Amino acid sequence: MNKRKIIEEKLFRAFSAFATYSLVVILAFIIIMIFVKGFGALSWQMVFDTPKGGYYYGGEGGVLNAIIGSLYISVGATSIATIVGIPAALYINIHLSRYKQIQNTIRYILDALWGVPSIVYGAFGFALMLFLGMNASLLAGIITVALLIIPIVVRTFDEVLSTIPKGLHEASLSLGSTRSEMAFKVIFKQGFPGFITALLLAFGRGIGDAASVLFTAGYTDLIPIHLDEPTATLPLVIFFQLGSPIPEVRERAFAAAALLTIIILFISLSARFLSKRFSKTNLN
Amino acid sequence: MLYRRIVSDKITEWWMVTSIFIIVILPIIIGFGLFTKAAPLIELKPLGELVGSSTWLPHKKEFGFLPFILGSLYVTLIAFLLSAPICLFSAIYLTQFSSKRVLRIMHPVIDVLAGLPSVIYGVWGIVVIVPFVSDYLAPLFGTTSSGYSILAGGIVLSVMCIPYILNMLIEVFNTIPLGLKEASLSIGATFWEMVKHTVISKGFPGILSAFGLGIAKAFGETMAVMMVVGNMVQVKFHLFDSAYPLPALIANNYGEMLSIPMYDSALMFAALLLFVIILLINLVFRYFIYRTKKHE
Repeated sequence: MNKRKIIEEKLFRAFSAFATYSLVVILAFIIIMIFVKGFGALSWQMVFDTPKGGYYYGGEGGVLNAIIGSLYISVGATSIATIVGIPAALYINIHLSRYKQIQNTIRYILDALWGVPSIVYGAFGFALMLFLGMNASLLAGIITVALLIIPIVVRTFDEVLSTIPKGLHEASLSLGSTRSEMAFKVIFKQGFPGFITALLLAFGRGIGDAASVLFTAGYTDLIPIHLDEPTATLPLVIFFQLGSPIPEVRERAFAAAALLTIIILFISLSARFLSKRFSKTNLN
Repeated sequence: MLYRRIVSDKITEWWMVTSIFIIVILPIIIGFGLFTKAAPLIELKPLGELVGSSTWLPHKKEFGFLPFILGSLYVTLIAFLLSAPICLFSAIYLTQFSSKRVLRIMHPVIDVLAGLPSVIYGVWGIVVIVPFVSDYLAPLFGTTSSGYSILAGGIVLSVMCIPYILNMLIEVFNTIPLGLKEASLSIGATFWEMVKHTVISKGFPGILSAFGLGIAKAFGETMAVMMVVGNMVQVKFHLFDSAYPLPALIANNYGEMLSIPMYDSALMFAALLLFVIILLINLVFRYFIYRTKKHE
């Protein structure tokens, strides 16, 4: 009886350790495979050139148009999400702090929205676009991605804000500040590391998401200058070029994938670094 | 001075309320927007026929969504079967067996896995999983396969779901009171017995919710699955054959959407279907989680 217990204990301990460390192996495997495949075709021309004539038959050129397009969309969407999301998160934690029921309902809705897949946002963005009489453009892409990342911004920032002690609210109110002064001058500063995390998380999501911009942002070889012009994005470049029958073009899709992976890794590492750095000066 | 402060307070508050309002009615707007676009199709055919029929001939206005719904279900099922045990055991390891340091090391790993875009998973699937399925797994089971199959889709999808489910499970296991675990250890349970009888059974609603939300996430995943699953309209389930999940249908056909009559409202109906299913699953299991949190 005792022996069986010990064996069971050992077995499950080993199995659960195996499951955990296999995650590291899987991640390393994915990143190494992407890099091994991608670095062959990766060159400065890839990064700093737009597609030239005959690019899609293996000719000269790069994916600068898509890199810039993705950055535009992601920066634009993150800005909109910040303008809507940050005050919303502050409102939930400050003005609604006495109404737990409403607070929880709003969080519940946001969590459910976070779970909605990006293809649905893409389809909705397309419907909205037709309704407003717009064409596939930078602006339509920005709006769609903004809708996608607003729940992420609000909930991530909200999680940090909800840990800020109530005493801080009371202290600043007792000194005579209005509620909105307290929100932006005291609570926002306390939650700044959370703000950075939320921003970078949303930015990374925006830059990597393909399904939402598939309908709305269009595709072009040019770098967009106005908001009503269509734009290429990095994930879609990867997706479309991977479907090409020409090997050189496919190689470039792998290179673009390596590029996107580097960008995402950079964002995710800087999110970690920055939020640690800013939280050093905090009270709690 | 005071007047200016009051005015700026009012303006800020108005801005905050507007933001909240936009967010709260967003699900209703999305649902309504998709419904308006899908309405012509719903008027044309009864709902039961749309969901239950399996003839897909857009040119003849025959829209049966059954193959796509089943395709999504198959891929999701495979992904769930592969990822659930890994998630459960790593969550147990990270919260019960290992030291805090391991969790600190594993956190960035989970974050990066969650942060990789789905296109990257798709590329990895094409480079690694598809050849693996066609060259090794299919011969092993005595069949041939192009590799672009339900199995490949399920494998790629399972890796994508792991960080999502794992994060929720870790949260669930962290809420289990320490006293309960100590009590069970003090009456002579081994560590694993403690996990089995207190952690898993106490956290059961939470585990169920995490799995449910993971399934919802898998159901709606588009790009990665679409790149490896083959995209052929089929009703029969075969592990090594291709399927055509619902999100892939929407993403693949937006080009022809406006050239065939009713096709755009068929695709919008597919999006509406996806939205309703996933929102419902989310609402139900999130409610579960809120209920369990309240009891503490």
